[in-house]
Amino acid sequence: MTDALWYFARGSGVVALVLLTVVVVLGIGARSGRPAFGLPRFAVSLVHRNAALLAVVFLVGHVIGLLFDPYAQLRFFDVVVPFVGNYRPVWQGFGTLGLDLLAAIVITSLLRHRLGVRAWRAVHWLAYLCWPVALLHGLGNGADRGTWWLWATSLTCAAAVTAAIGWRLSATFDRFPARAERRVAPRLRPHLEEASR
Amino acid sequence: MTRLHIDWTLCDGRGLCTELLEEMLAEDDWGFPLARDGSAEPAVPAPLENAAAHAVSRCPMLALRLVGRTS
Ligand code: SF4
Repeated sequence: MTDALWYFARGSGVVALVLLTVVVVLGIGARSGRPAFGLPRFAVSLVHRNAALLAVVFLVGHVIGLLFDPYAQLRFFDVVVPFVGNYRPVWQGFGTLGLDLLAAIVITSLLRHRLGVRAWRAVHWLAYLCWPVALLHGLGNGADRGTWWLWATSLTCAAAVTAAIGWRLSATFDRFPARAERRVAPRLRPHLEEASR
Repeated sequence: MTRLHIDWTLCDGRGLCTELLEEMLAEDDWGFPLARDGSAEPAVPAPLENAAAHAVSRCPMLALRLVGRTS
């Protein structure tokens, strides 16, 4: 039984990392303002939100599993305050930090209609800090660190997020490339084509 | 009667609302939502209230609001 908690905590941590990767990639996809991954825009936004909420569920499982696991001996304190743990305080601290950041992002998102778009967006930028912190936590703290499959998972996640950020920073990310030509009223388009000849 | 308020100072023409509320909104040539009935603050028919609430919740700019039941 005690082993079950331990395995559950480890597994749910990895699942949460994969989900957070999906969340970050879809968040960037949503920001691009175009249909992405074959989904209409509203669906990109919905899957982004739902994957994030699911990640929270797995993270709660991850933390509760470790709180009750006799081997991990996580103190409640460690769940909230980073970098003071007994075991690998720095790497564990990344996990706590990621949890705090994610809590801030999710809570402000759920309340965003009251907070207003500016405050919500400001906090949402923290996602770019939260994800790498979570990745580091898994690589440095997990009991599975150094296993080939955790490396493979982490590298795949890192590749996906790096590609998404590269796209985000590229010139073609531009606000709505799909609409660019539509910024010209259709009635005027033939005239423009004529003029550009 | 519930009405859909579009805050034009916030709207960025992302078009999520027109995907979700095709019955009420059409995209103009720049991707901004226009009420099909031509009004500035279109009335939401009862069967569409749910869809309108979804549109409000998905708008990434928080530009949409449901207002009033003052019929
Ligand atoms: S979803 Fe919001 S930002 Fe996008 S077009 Fe509709 S009102 Fe404008």
